[in-house]
Amino acid sequence: MIKLTRRYPFSASHRLHSPAFTPERNAELYGKCNNPHGHGHNYTVEVTVAGPVDEITGRVANLSTLDALVRERVIQAFDHRNMNEDIAEFRELVPTTENVAEVVRRRLLSGWPDDFARLDRVRIFETRNNIFEIGNI
Amino acid sequence: MIITRRVEFSSSHMCSLPGLSAEENRRLYGEGANPNGHGHNYVLEVSLEGEPDPITGMIVDLKDLKQWMNEEVVEPFDHRHLNYEVKPFDKIVPTAENVALEIWRRLEPRTAGTRAKLHTVRLWETNDLYVEVTA
Repeated sequence: MIKLTRRYPFSASHRLHSPAFTPERNAELYGKCNNPHGHGHNYTVEVTVAGPVDEITGRVANLSTLDALVRERVIQAFDHRNMNEDIAEFRELVPTTENVAEVVRRRLLSGWPDDFARLDRVRIFETRNNIFEIGNI
Repeated sequence: MIITRRVEFSSSHMCSLPGLSAEENRRLYGEGANPNGHGHNYVLEVSLEGEPDPITGMIVDLKDLKQWMNEEVVEPFDHRHLNYEVKPFDKIVPTAENVALEIWRRLEPRTAGTRAKLHTVRLWETNDLYVEVTA
C-alpha cells in the first residue's frame, strides 16, 4: 500500500459570520475574520489517495484523472471566488476552513470513480501556518 | 518515537511503457512521458521508529542514518538518469511510487540489529506531489 499526495492552490475570500449570533458575539468569536467586507487567503488543498501500485504502470493513480477530478469538482468552483456568495454550501454554513475541508471531502466523494485509488485524506492549508485535515476517509 | 531525516538528490527520468504508443504513454503519464526524459530535485524524508537507548538517549545515531541514505540512495541516484543508470529502473517505470518503493527496499535491511525500524519513506518529486510508503 502506498499513498500519493497532490497539492492544488486556490485563492478565495470569505467572511466568518453566523446568523445564529448577535453582531457583538460574532465580532468576539471570529475577531478580524468577522470583517463585514470579508478577506482572502491563498489556500492549498492536499488530496491523498491510497492503494496498491499497479505492477505494469507503476502508478497508484493516473495523475491526469486525479487532477481533472479535483480541478472540476473543487478548484474551478473555489478559485477567485467569494465563498460566502459563490459556493452554494456556504449560504447555510460558515466558511471556516474546517467546513471548507468537509465540503471539499463531500464534493470529491460524490464524483469519485469506483475503479480509482481510494480517497484517503483531505488537508487544507488556509495559510502556511493554519492547517486543517480530515484523515482516514 | 519517530525521527526523520531529509536529503535531496537530483535525477532525470522518463515514464513510459515500451509496449504503448507515444500517445498512449502521454495519456498515462502526461508530460512525464517525454521520450528525452526530464528531471527533478527529489526530496527524500526517511522516518525511523523506536525507543531511545536509556544511556545514549538516541534511537539511532543520526550519522548512521545519514550514511545509509547516502550509500543506498544519494550516491547511486544523484545526478543520474534513473532509467539508464539505476536498477531496477531498466525494467520497471521510475514513477515516484516505484522510486519510493525501491528506496524502502534498499534502506530496510540497514536497520537490522538496531533499535530502529523503518517507519515511512516519503519522496517529494515536486512541491506539488509526494508519495509515502509505510510498513
